[in-house]
Amino acid sequence: MTNKRKKLVLVGNGMAGVRTIEHLLKLAPDLYDITIFGAEPHPNYNRIMLSTVLAGGTSMEEIVINDLDWYRENGITLHMGQAVQKIDSEQRRVYAEGGIEAEYDELIMATGSNAFMLPIPGADKEGVIGFRDIKDCVAMQEASRKHRKAAVIGGGLLGLEAARGLLNLGMDVTVIHINEYLMERQLDRPASLMLQKELEAQGMKFLLKKQTESVLGKQRAKGLLFKDGSMLEADLVVMAVGIRPNVALAQRSGLAVERGVVVDDHMRTNLPGVYAVGECAQHRGIAYGLVAPLYEQGAVLAKGLAGIPVEGYAGSVTSTKLKVSGVDVFSGGIFVEPEGARALRYQDEIEGVYKKLVILDNKLIGAVLFGETGEGAALFSLIKSGESVAGREKELLLGLSADALASGGGGGGAARLEAMAADEIVCGCNGVSKGDIVAAIDGGCNSLGQIKGCTKASASCGGCKPLVEGLLQIYAGDAAVTVKEGICGCTTHSRDEIVAEIKRMGLKTVKEVMNVLEWNNDEGCSKCRPSLNYYLGMLWPAEYKDEKESRFTNERYHANIQKDGTYSVIPRIYGGVTSPTELKRIAEVAEKFEVPLVKFTGGQRLDLLGVKKEDLPGVWEALDMPSGHGYGKALRTVKTCVGSTFCRFGTQDAMGMGVRLEKAFERMNAPAKVKLAVSGCPRNCAEATVKDFGVVAVDGGWELHVGGNAGIHVRATDLLGFVKTDDEVEEWASAFLQYYRENATWNERTAPWVERVGLEHVKQVLSDEDERKALHARLRDTLDRTVDPWKQIVSEPELRKNFERLPAPQSQSASVQVETKKEESA
Amino acid sequence: MSEAAGKVRVGRLSDIDPLGSRRLNVNGLEIALFRLSDGEVMAVENRCPHKGGVLSEGMVCGPVVHCPLHDWRIDLRSGEALDPDKGCVTTFETEVTKEGFIFLTLNEPIEGTDAAGADSHIA
Ligand code: SRM
Ligand SMILES: Cc1cc2nc3c(=O)[nH]c(=O)nc-3n(C[C@H](O)[C@H](O)[C@H](O)COP(=O)(O)OP(=O)(O)OC[C@H]3O[C@@H](n4cnc5c(N)ncnc54)[C@H](O)[C@@H]3O)c2cc1C
Ligand code: SF4
Ligand code: FES
Repeated sequence: MTNKRKKLVLVGNGMAGVRTIEHLLKLAPDLYDITIFGAEPHPNYNRIMLSTVLAGGTSMEEIVINDLDWYRENGITLHMGQAVQKIDSEQRRVYAEGGIEAEYDELIMATGSNAFMLPIPGADKEGVIGFRDIKDCVAMQEASRKHRKAAVIGGGLLGLEAARGLLNLGMDVTVIHINEYLMERQLDRPASLMLQKELEAQGMKFLLKKQTESVLGKQRAKGLLFKDGSMLEADLVVMAVGIRPNVALAQRSGLAVERGVVVDDHMRTNLPGVYAVGECAQHRGIAYGLVAPLYEQGAVLAKGLAGIPVEGYAGSVTSTKLKVSGVDVFSGGIFVEPEGARALRYQDEIEGVYKKLVILDNKLIGAVLFGETGEGAALFSLIKSGESVAGREKELLLGLSADALASGGGGGGAARLEAMAADEIVCGCNGVSKGDIVAAIDGGCNSLGQIKGCTKASASCGGCKPLVEGLLQIYAGDAAVTVKEGICGCTTHSRDEIVAEIKRMGLKTVKEVMNVLEWNNDEGCSKCRPSLNYYLGMLWPAEYKDEKESRFTNERYHANIQKDGTYSVIPRIYGGVTSPTELKRIAEVAEKFEVPLVKFTGGQRLDLLGVKKEDLPGVWEALDMPSGHGYGKALRTVKTCVGSTFCRFGTQDAMGMGVRLEKAFERMNAPAKVKLAVSGCPRNCAEATVKDFGVVAVDGGWELHVGGNAGIHVRATDLLGFVKTDDEVEEWASAFLQYYRENATWNERTAPWVERVGLEHVKQVLSDEDERKALHARLRDTLDRTVDPWKQIVSEPELRKNFERLPAPQSQSASVQVETKKEESA
Repeated sequence: MSEAAGKVRVGRLSDIDPLGSRRLNVNGLEIALFRLSDGEVMAVENRCPHKGGVLSEGMVCGPVVHCPLHDWRIDLRSGEALDPDKGCVTTFETEVTKEGFIFLTLNEPIEGTDAAGADSHIA
């Protein structure tokens, strides 16, 4: 069997070469015996992500694209750390450094590029490096540990990404650029100036129009000397002035080489059976330096090798995105208007937004975006399609959102996605074509997450997300709409499914739910854990033991965390009605614990702000008041006005009713915070009509209002009904709150919940007297089991210990049983 | 002050609740100790790389702590912030002995005790 297979050798274990192999394996898995030589001691990794690794966001392991198992599973012989030295095209053999040889029928050259090192005196000193591979990345990380000052020569994409990474590593970074503005190959002047300003704000320094003459220092770089005689101190010099196709081997082996290895539209070189792809190849005069075109070349070559007829590669239009956090830059196509072209510009210095579109013969041929780059992918796709944009120019320039562009809102969006050719690349970073995405959708992917998972589209820079979403809408149709998003990334189950399963199977702990419902993340996240904790507590008030480790800080420590790590303390003052004695006590506690700030809150309570964590139990003990729960997804406050007790307009005892309700519902956990208010007349001084449950007194009874919110989205309440007696107010309030507790999604306040389920539905449920009484009884039962958390913590050492620091360790000689590493030198 | 850096005993495993944390001061630095579900203890500088949030107050999910201020996720093993955020905190090696003592490896010798941290209820 095996001797029938042809032998394929790949020289260069990098992005373009291995991508070609991946493609070939899909098309013709059994055609070749494959051998790969790679000079680097690593499996194929995502070189693009080196910038992210350097900036500290990703680990080296995470950027591996094909791990060693992949090579094994596909029967590929991999020689890592083995640079090929010689190709004998007569004998069809390659020879590597370590003495390994291999025979080939077909040979792919994919040796990539080298960082171009300026040929200046001192460029060979220690501490002078390029930015190309893992080795360079490690060298920079190491340098940052020992040295402070870094110079990056080159203000292009690569240089700026290197500089940003070095800043993150704590270095003092200066970028030296020969041109008068940055990234001149991708940006026009205004965009470049905005970029420079933003990067300066991030702490980057620039020396523009500077030409480096030599690197100073003895063995290690110490600084740079410029043509104009000035100098800069630097113990790390990163050269990011460009790349040079890596053609040394090709030249030695008789391949036709100009700037890169010359190839035709089928990636064939001048020698029989030898092909080239990637940055080392030169096609129609161009050697590309970005992944998207290389992947297109790879696709053409893979088809050719698989024996599938293919139209040749015709070259690519490229686009770039700067991967520096806090700066959004996009550039695509021809961005400096050629003769006969028109440019449209939009510039907003305040918001830091700049857009430029270049239009020739009614077609979009280039774009530069700064500050807002959401439309980048959609515009790029218009550039590539070459369709007419006549009449739509302004729309394109002025904030037609990417969504609208992609989903057809702006005329031509959906149509354009539909018309897009199957092999057009949608995700440039990972070389995913429209065809790949549509195939994934046909194969059952119906959410962005799933498409990302199986095609890697939008998994790197995310710029193409709107397009992927657009394709999903078109090709998954209703399936995409009905796809259920799980409550968080750890599960695909919805809130209702989870609650139903907990009930059906009698699940009793967070861990159990996550296990049984097959969470894809063993210990959940900060979204699902608190919600499961809530659902379990709501469903099993008697048995469930609240898991404080699944609650947010505030609910775990029963106070509100501040930005400096201190906490605020709001004791419960029922209905906002206090007394001189209580006020004096609060004042004394504030003095005793040197509380930095005492404030009346918007909810009619007193807030002691800036309490140190270790003082919290002491403060609570001294206050001897219950927790005001100003920190929890729980009943917060019941605001009241003076009402008939003093007010000349008051019709009922608003304060009395407020205090009663607050006593009835205090300590009530809920899907989100719950606020009540009681006003003594329709003048409504307690603002009851923007509360979750608002009570407004009228002559002869009480109006009940629900679903109000004065927060992010103001929503006035809906009128639930009218009742005559005080007991009825409590019963209806109780039933409403319990129905909300049992049915809302965690973190959903009553306002959106009432809108979602409909007021009529709520009314219908609550008007059934049996149902209302049952709801009321269930809430009562739940609340009767609760205790005041402050009192509990104060009296239980096991809980209280968590507020204290561990004692600082003594110096070693004093502590017991320590192993010390003796200093080498005295 | 002449001792070399090395391992110091900082408490017992039972001082930290499962998936909980404790703080301690060493050489003017606040360190957070976390107890993971498998009983392992992780130690990091108690300062979020984002805006200095106190990590000890965050929720522990697997080997990751969610900062209480803006929910950055910090991998306690490497100290790195997880995607999409970028940043890093110093980590310290720890060891839990059979007897349940927690040892911390410091890079610098102890400079003397910080009175604020000197509680007496732990041996
Ligand atoms: C202390 C207080 C401000 C004050 O000094 O007056 C306050 C302080 C905070 N509010 Fe508030 N809100 C306070 C009254 C309000 C009010 C007015 C009221 O309750 O009558 C509102 C509008 C009413 C409403 O909720 O509909 C209000 C709407 C919000 C919102 C928006 C909620 C929404 O659903 O849209 C948030 C954000 C959130 O919860 O996600 C918020 C969040 C916060 C947080 C908890 C922010 C946080 O997560 O750290 C603040 C905590 C400060 C602290 O550390 O203590 N606060 N907040 C008020 C405490 C009331 C009390 O005595 O318990
Ligand atoms: C920091 C950084 C950020 C980047 N960001 C982006 C971006 O955002 N978007 C984008 O599109 N592109 C980006 N690029 C460019 C992109 O990474 C390259 O275009 C792409 O990796 C080129 O693929 P390739 O296979 O041609 O070369 P490479 O990936 O370099 O692979 C070539 C491999 O061949 C090996 N090799 C060389 N000679 C031999 C030999 N004789 N024998 C055996 N093996 C040999 C090399 O060691 C190397 O591993 C970035 C590059 C860098 C360095
Ligand atoms: S609402 Fe205004 S008028 Fe009515 S009782 Fe309260 S204070 Fe008086
Ligand atoms: S300070 Fe930690 S997330 Fe903002």
